Amino acid sequence: MRLIAYTSVIFWLSVSSLQAEVSVKVGYLRQMLDRPPVLSNLDPVPDDLGLAGAQVGLADNQTTGGFLGHEYTLSHTDVPVGGDVLAAARDMLAVSSLLIVDAPAAALLRIADMPEAQGAILLNVAAADVALRNADCRANVFHTLPSDAMRADALMQFLVKKKWVRLAMISGAHDKDAALADVFRASAEKYGLSIAAEKAWNFDTDMRRNAAQEVPVFTQDLGDHDVLLVADTRDDYGRYIPYNTWLARPVVGTEGVVPAAWSPVVEQWGAAQLQSRFTDGAGRTMRPQDYAAWAAIRTIGEAVTRTGSAAPDVLRAYILSDEFELAGFKGRSMSFRKWNGQLRQPIPLSTSRALVAQAPLEGFLHQRNELDSLGLDQPESQCTAYED
Amino acid sequence: MKKTLTLLGMLLATPSYAEEIWVTNEKDDTISVIDVATLEVTRTIPTGERPRGITFSHDFSRVYICASDSDAVQVMDPETGKILNDLPSGEDPEQFVLHPDDRHLYIANEDDAVTTVVDVETRKVVAQINVGIEPEGMAVSPDGSTVIATSETTNMAHWINTESHEIFANTLVESRPRHAEFTHDGAALWVSSEIGGTISVFDTETQAELADMKFEVQGVHLDRVQPVGFEFTEDGKTAFVALGPSNHVAVVNAETYEVEDYILVGRRVWHMAFSADKSLLFTTNGVSGDVTVIDVARREAVKSIKVGRFPWGAALRP
Repeated sequence: MRLIAYTSVIFWLSVSSLQAEVSVKVGYLRQMLDRPPVLSNLDPVPDDLGLAGAQVGLADNQTTGGFLGHEYTLSHTDVPVGGDVLAAARDMLAVSSLLIVDAPAAALLRIADMPEAQGAILLNVAAADVALRNADCRANVFHTLPSDAMRADALMQFLVKKKWVRLAMISGAHDKDAALADVFRASAEKYGLSIAAEKAWNFDTDMRRNAAQEVPVFTQDLGDHDVLLVADTRDDYGRYIPYNTWLARPVVGTEGVVPAAWSPVVEQWGAAQLQSRFTDGAGRTMRPQDYAAWAAIRTIGEAVTRTGSAAPDVLRAYILSDEFELAGFKGRSMSFRKWNGQLRQPIPLSTSRALVAQAPLEGFLHQRNELDSLGLDQPESQCTAYED
Repeated sequence: MKKTLTLLGMLLATPSYAEEIWVTNEKDDTISVIDVATLEVTRTIPTGERPRGITFSHDFSRVYICASDSDAVQVMDPETGKILNDLPSGEDPEQFVLHPDDRHLYIANEDDAVTTVVDVETRKVVAQINVGIEPEGMAVSPDGSTVIATSETTNMAHWINTESHEIFANTLVESRPRHAEFTHDGAALWVSSEIGGTISVFDTETQAELADMKFEVQGVHLDRVQPVGFEFTEDGKTAFVALGPSNHVAVVNAETYEVEDYILVGRRVWHMAFSADKSLLFTTNGVSGDVTVIDVARREAVKSIKVGRFPWGAALRP
């Protein structure tokens, strides 16, 4: 299997060197992060998170490119914690105007606002912040990672469908947890659900030993509810909530049934093939950020394939046109929202063992595209950078 | 006459006289055999893992089955249901086409971006041809000179010269091509694109695109109208097109490329096969786990037949 894969890459190289009419250089810029310790080390964040997805997307593009005389290369730069991300971005943009950015929102915005980045295509694969698709949007930034709002809306559609309408919520002390809790509140309201009780997770004890004692007491005063929402963005305490609650209630959010861009349990719509291509290459299962990076490089590939050009302005116009469609192994054609550059996509809701549902769920209609029932829709978006 | 024959066949209890539709059940590792006369499942035959593509040899003495997860094409005796042997198929064979010489199978290896050519007599691999990512649809021109492989992620139809086993043309199609067929006269190639929602028609001589058909099912969002398998009627004037999760089959005028009708069938309809006299059409419905029988003349679904889990391929055994 491996051997065949390498052979085909060599085959591609020899073909493309003969007839490379279009050369497509893509950069992958990653801001390394200082990750604070979490309660359990059971699921470490992989070193190649995101990047491994880009590699699979690159190989997909290269195969197609081999038949068309289009050559794709991916260069990758890691900026250490505290390093100069702008200098790194400047260096990469000097080589290519197609840049995948794997960095928090603040760094992404600083890169997008550099003079060197004007006219470039930046693809955000790591920051799910709603603001980046709203008032803080930039005309040179596309988002292949779904926003928190898209994931929250997917979850709320599921809860409505299940008639689990009385919610309780636990959120962590981290800023990101608070931000996600805000998104959950807004989304619940959008779908007519109420969050009756909320508590902040404020333990500094080692839950691995005493979750069975602490969590029932902690959840006892939430009152009656149908379902418990958890906002634990750092994957810190959430794993200790299910089966330890005072009432026997399902857990959803960042734990239990989780809405995400991708999950290793997605297997329909040809997804099994993408999963196995990824696992063969990376030696692990595919995560949401890997999927976003795969979709980013495939977006470029699809636009280059259809336009025969690597010029950023040509690609941008095509990506935002009605002709653009990306087959993303989630059963529906994916495309970009013209008002904020977000890739519209189905959101799988899954446990660690199986797909539970996939949003948009049946019955949630939209006048233009059912996928636009997830996340910021045109009328509510405050993004103006995309207006011509 | 046909009825008498069928009756005779039943009386003699020799299944070889009964006209049958063979259906592969992807998630049951079985084949369901449907008797065309009674429209009932008469046999369920175990296969290798994840059977999908299915086709008979020209004399119907052997049936070839893509056992995708067993990484083999199995050769079965349709009389006994016994596996005679496995053919070396390459990894993850999904779909294939039997060359008019009745001897060479062209197999799409979905995981390997390869088309494998196997000689069914010597059981040897004759050639492997690099194609796009996730090859699936396979077609052969009536004169046998050209084989088509379509690749789902590369979004191309690859035109393979069957003498040299080399690709002589690549044509872009819309997103996620699934199935390809030449028209009976060989003049045109049809390719369905699941995510693109279209069927593209190409001129065989020039590989130029002749037409692009779109489908619209009342009350179903366009995203869910996903063309997959299709078949032409004997006169070549009409095509029946499975539209996946829209749960409909479209009836297309193959001369004007206009859709004349939509027929409601089971859920996520994949592929199909005609009865010998072409009066009935059997569609495999993956999600509902059944086969819909369509009266071709009346363009109506007349019966649902429960088969195994995730029925995928279908083939006629007259």
